[in-house]
Amino acid sequence: MAQKVFGAPIKGRAEPQMLRGEAQFTADITLPGMLHMAILRSQHGHAHIKNIDTSAALKMPGVVRVITGADLEGKMMPLPCVWIPGGVESHFPPHPYGLPGAGYALAKDKVRYIGDGVAAVVAETRDQAHSALAAIRVDYEPLPVVVDAEEALKEGAPQLHEAVPHNLNADWTCGNKETTDQAIANAEVVVNLSLYNQRTINNPLEPRSAIGSYDPITDEYTLWATTQSPHNHRFLLAYLVLGIPFNKLRVIAPNVGGSFGTKGYIYPDMALVIFLAKELGRPVKWVDTRTGLMQSTVQGRDHKQHGTIAGTKDGKITALRCTSYANLGAYPSTIGPGVATALMGRSISGVYAIENAFCEVYAVFTNIVPLGAQRGSGRAEATFLVERLVDLYAAEIGMDPAEVRYKNMIAPQSFPYDNHLGWVYDSGNYQATLDRALEMVEYSNIKARKAEARQRGKRLGIGIACFVAICGVGPSTRMSKEGMLGGTWESANIRVYPTGEVSMTIGSKSTGQSHETTFAQIVAEELGVDMNMIQFFQSDTQRAPYGQGTYGSRSFSLAGPALQLTAHKIKEKIRKAAAHMFEAAEEDVVYEDGKVFVKDSPQKVKTLQEMALALWYGWNLPPGMEPNLDETSFFDPPDFNYPFGSHIAIVEIDEQTGQVDLVRYVAVNDAGNVGNPLVVDGQIEGSIAHAIGQVLIERAVYDEQGNLLTNNFMTYAIPRATDVPRYELDRTVTPTPHNALGMKGVGEIATVPPAAAISNAVCDALSDLGVKHIDMPITAEKVWRAMRDAQAVKGNSDKKNVQQDQRVGK
Amino acid sequence: MQVLMTVNGKPMSAEIEPRMLLVDFIRETLGLMGTKIGCDTGQCGTCTIQVNGRSVKSCLLLAVQADHSDVKTIEGVAQNGQLHMLQEAFWEKHGLQCGFCTPGMIMSLLDLLEHNPNPSEDEIRSWLWGSLCRCTGYQSVVRAVQYAVEKMQQASVAEFATAQAQTRST
Repeated sequence: MAQKVFGAPIKGRAEPQMLRGEAQFTADITLPGMLHMAILRSQHGHAHIKNIDTSAALKMPGVVRVITGADLEGKMMPLPCVWIPGGVESHFPPHPYGLPGAGYALAKDKVRYIGDGVAAVVAETRDQAHSALAAIRVDYEPLPVVVDAEEALKEGAPQLHEAVPHNLNADWTCGNKETTDQAIANAEVVVNLSLYNQRTINNPLEPRSAIGSYDPITDEYTLWATTQSPHNHRFLLAYLVLGIPFNKLRVIAPNVGGSFGTKGYIYPDMALVIFLAKELGRPVKWVDTRTGLMQSTVQGRDHKQHGTIAGTKDGKITALRCTSYANLGAYPSTIGPGVATALMGRSISGVYAIENAFCEVYAVFTNIVPLGAQRGSGRAEATFLVERLVDLYAAEIGMDPAEVRYKNMIAPQSFPYDNHLGWVYDSGNYQATLDRALEMVEYSNIKARKAEARQRGKRLGIGIACFVAICGVGPSTRMSKEGMLGGTWESANIRVYPTGEVSMTIGSKSTGQSHETTFAQIVAEELGVDMNMIQFFQSDTQRAPYGQGTYGSRSFSLAGPALQLTAHKIKEKIRKAAAHMFEAAEEDVVYEDGKVFVKDSPQKVKTLQEMALALWYGWNLPPGMEPNLDETSFFDPPDFNYPFGSHIAIVEIDEQTGQVDLVRYVAVNDAGNVGNPLVVDGQIEGSIAHAIGQVLIERAVYDEQGNLLTNNFMTYAIPRATDVPRYELDRTVTPTPHNALGMKGVGEIATVPPAAAISNAVCDALSDLGVKHIDMPITAEKVWRAMRDAQAVKGNSDKKNVQQDQRVGK
Repeated sequence: MQVLMTVNGKPMSAEIEPRMLLVDFIRETLGLMGTKIGCDTGQCGTCTIQVNGRSVKSCLLLAVQADHSDVKTIEGVAQNGQLHMLQEAFWEKHGLQCGFCTPGMIMSLLDLLEHNPNPSEDEIRSWLWGSLCRCTGYQSVVRAVQYAVEKMQQASVAEFATAQAQTRST
């Protein structure tokens, strides 16, 4: 028996080239004769464009072309939006094909946010292109601006899009409003919480970049871009933006320097470099700056939520309700509206069996950067709300928060479990993850540790957050009902060469998740070949079979099964061909560990290479069998998969300064079978850090005019090595029934609960002061103010109860 | 302006604009693309290289400031195709994911280990303050550095023992 490869902690195969600095990212590519593009972005949150004078810019050194929205008239369509709020009426800017539009590559007549592109300059060098931007004169007529989603819905608020009355993209709901309202009205205990899950900026370390080139002889276009969905972007850009034949556009994604959701969207620059490459007859390159990224790449979260939890005095939750205002920004991003509605709303009941639940999301346009996905999107916002509410409910009835959780968790024998909000949870043992996390953190000792910390001038708090996260997007039919305008399957190809080496190609694209390694492990395991014999391809639409890309923690649980299906086809073909060659009955022929043999006839054996060569020659095949070993499979899962887990945070708050130190972080996750623990733990650790950023330090701040005040790393903080603790990880394994490998999504799951766990810990540390909630990011200043205000209240009237929905900071 | 410097052990000279940043000189003029640009304001650390043996953010220097200097970039770290022990440790401990911040981190950490061969975890984390990473959450990077320290100590003990043995036998 060969050594088990699937599930082994095999080192990343692509890592040595990255470590040597040899891995090529889009910005590292130089083509002969290449020109450089820079984009002039709006200076206003909302304004009419009265006139654009490009004449001075055209005379600047090295400038080859300057274009504005007028130059694209009739030549380029608006970008499309392809995930709309499902099942409800929705309103969008127009697209000529009757689809939802997402605005033009360069603004026409009007700008709607500070990142809106107004003009593009192409010059011989990047510096020349950037220098020329300053010479473009734009005459704006400023319009009133609205940056807040609730404000934007009000009568008299500035209107962004003619086709969108009251800036309301959709009023989306799920669950049963009537029974939920009834249950809340009749409940023994009701707790309310209003919070702002703040807007965040994903900030992958690699800014976005795109290079377009055009071959006039073949009339073919090539786009190199920072994309996590090359095939999808090929379809959208060719068919819906540029109006060129699908088979004339090739999209290549070189190494992608992190994405976390942001690079799954189509952006104006992609269409512009392709268009300009043809116009100018030379390749055109665009590389964003950090400030450019912050002002124009999709951002995350941004839900204002009003939540209510109801239950009995003895800890049974009877109802949950949420009304949320999702701030979509100025335009619908490629899949933003779907992310903001379904992924959030259907997830609000978390790991709990709650009889009555209802969620309503108002998806609203405002004059800020378009909203998209951020690692864990939708699920993180939902989990934050429910896990905070559960803690407040526990405090209200005087029960331990762990006990309330146990009391309401979906029981292990209840799967598949319909959450009545639209998801059917596949498999789980939620209690086991909480058991383990509590054990790791030594929960029973917590009182003593609080007392010890107090001696040192620290307030120690502990916070639990349990989660389940929809992953593995998804079954195509189901997604169509969810408003997705496209298929969501994956594909894989395996080719065995006559010399015995193997190549495998997937439609999905790694942005740092070690696809080259984990996916090869599946093939090595199935075919019984050495990893070093396997060549891996991805991310070039000319080379790879069609696929949808990496998002929604889907690659492993969709492309993985597609690969396994393909390997099975290969093995079956080998078995049939071998039965014919051995003159044996098919059922007696076995493929195992890279060899095919006849049961009980050990002399009748051939290696994978011998069979590959035989099938390549095709001299002696069963009647009707096609030569060669070259198979492709498409996998469309029967349903989503639902990884889950329990996280616990311990914080210490400095009584003098309010500084929150995250001293321990315990995370027990279950993502089904694990393909490579080294990779999976890496994803978990990175996910936790991402969420620590949101809860403690990150926030995109806009002023009333729509200016982004946090538009570089000096003003927008992301976690550094000193901001994060040592993560303490463990896992349980509950396979999904929805694919034969039993694998669930993992890439973003651990971003889902930490914000709630850490917030709960902070509020626990401040519980004796009556502090119920502090909006994220929980900075030292906010905590200090909360402590000061609470002490003042306490001083004034010891018996006075603090309002349940007290909000501190904003 | 004319600049002259040693880059990864080789002398280089070029005629450049005085406003050219060192990072652009390395990437555009020399074509050494392993050094990255992630932020434009000196925070992210992806452009970190070494000038005269100390790590610097090459987006914060003009190319002319490195005139007559000894410059080392990520391309100069592995020798004869052999990864440096720190690079090996990153590989061993999965200290990288997308790989974009990695060259800068390696250049920075080599400086740390050169001057502090046995750093504590706090010292490693403090040193890493100058390098942002959005993928790993830093834990695996810390593990990688600790592993590299261990391996380098073993190597130097072995080297010392070999030298001792040779001394005795002669």
